[in-house]
Amino acid sequence: MEKKNLICINCPMGCRIEVTEEGGKLKVTGNSCKRGELYAISEITNPVRIVTTSLFVNDGVHPTVSVKTSREIPKKMIFKCMEKLSAITVDAPVKIGDVIVKDILNTGADIVATRNVDLRFAI
Amino acid sequence: MHRDLVIIGGGPAGLAAAIKAREEGIDDILVIERDIELGGILKQCIHNGFGLHIFGEQLTGPEYAQKFIDKLLELGIEYKCDTMVLNITDNKKVTAVNTKDGVIEIQAKAIILSMGCRERPRGALNIPGSRPAGIFTAGTAQRFVNMEGYKIGEKIVILGSGDIGLIMARRLTLEGSQVKMVLEIMPYSSGLKRNIMQCLDDFGIPLLLNHTVVKIHGKERVGGVTIAKVDANRKPIPETFRYVECDTLLLSVGLIPENELSKNAGIVLDKVTGGPRVNESMETSVEGIFACGNVVQVHDLVDNVTKESYLAGLGAAKYIKGTAGNGGREIETYGRNGVRYVVPQKIRLDDMGDEVNLFLRVDNIYKDVYLSVSDGGKTIYKVKKRIVAPGEMESVRLKKDSILNMENDKLFVELIR
Repeated sequence: MEKKNLICINCPMGCRIEVTEEGGKLKVTGNSCKRGELYAISEITNPVRIVTTSLFVNDGVHPTVSVKTSREIPKKMIFKCMEKLSAITVDAPVKIGDVIVKDILNTGADIVATRNVDLRFAI
Repeated sequence: MHRDLVIIGGGPAGLAAAIKAREEGIDDILVIERDIELGGILKQCIHNGFGLHIFGEQLTGPEYAQKFIDKLLELGIEYKCDTMVLNITDNKKVTAVNTKDGVIEIQAKAIILSMGCRERPRGALNIPGSRPAGIFTAGTAQRFVNMEGYKIGEKIVILGSGDIGLIMARRLTLEGSQVKMVLEIMPYSSGLKRNIMQCLDDFGIPLLLNHTVVKIHGKERVGGVTIAKVDANRKPIPETFRYVECDTLLLSVGLIPENELSKNAGIVLDKVTGGPRVNESMETSVEGIFACGNVVQVHDLVDNVTKESYLAGLGAAKYIKGTAGNGGREIETYGRNGVRYVVPQKIRLDDMGDEVNLFLRVDNIYKDVYLSVSDGGKTIYKVKKRIVAPGEMESVRLKKDSILNMENDKLFVELIR
């Protein structure tokens, strides 16, 4: 691994952190506290993110429902996750917390609804 | 129609204020919201990161809003959605309209203003060029993409690095659009650090500081923009003009508190914040009319909106019950030496609790400074700050005892080297 530059997001300081590898060990410089080091190491070794998006809803009072991954998934799987979700539509009604997809891409994270969408009644 | 308390706006500010007022014993409350549902702009903010301070967990916008909506329903607080307030008067008469009731007039004992803010549009920037389709404010784009399910464009340039613009850069990238760049006229971003990292750097989207759009091209639809580097006076440098092909331009260039109604009621607005001048109870210059949330000052964290709105709810409840103090000694707050403004602008010693929270914003990035509060001479509070930035609101908590001994009635909040 060559050196990598990051900006720490733990506090407003926004330390510019440099991570280099020395003899199989990661060396973090530029951080002004321990949290910066931990952040940098997790960002380099296993960066993870919560993914949020919205899906189309059939027969809902709104055209979409917002969703999120129930836990963080590896950063490199974000686009694969989005691709998988683009093929999915949800039937109304949907309640906050409803599981839309279980264990997406074997990440251990579920796709859960983050809002309520009631059924639209035919007029 | 008569109501004890009318709250204008059912976003996070209005909801929190209503809940607090009910908990303080006010039964007769009406919340008026112009959208078809409660929750305000949070409903379109589907990303996570809300609620860390209030709930200790990361929620999405709709989840944060729903917690307050559920509480409002549980408390049986009355609300009208799809209802637009047209006017308020200084004797607290509210005129509103909807398709069910027609025009309604409500005489309130107290009013809480929680109308939020609106985005600065293209017209406020004076960018030359034609007027094609494909120019959006970032928040409008957010609503179209997240709530209505539209794709707004393929090749996108974002002007302004406010948080909504950064969030949309990520969102549009995930939806398959190509975000070519984010331009920022200032030498620093006005967005939160975590958004620059997780919305731009994660996806390799360049942030061009000291850059702006000098011309918009296209007839039916945006075809491209001319961008330029700016000098120290923020004037575009002609030699740096460059054409960038795109079909969509997003503007994320600042928010302005929405105070058309406040002006009608003769409420005094602060020149810097654009919102009403308020006291420690969030009461405006018109007795019995309170304000909270982005209508007062633009916040970067909704958690702070909620806290401020609890104060307004409490203040309104006391006013209605007649248990508010008589004011007593009044102290005015001022920002100077790098501090742009301070909210609240006035503190009444008889009405404040044991302490008061001052919110402020600085005018530039400063490192290793002291944030100081004084009466002009004697320092009554001082804290070291390793960094302060315009994009991150600061707050100072002052104990009542420390204010009591002030020699005059002016309180200065400033930065000292």
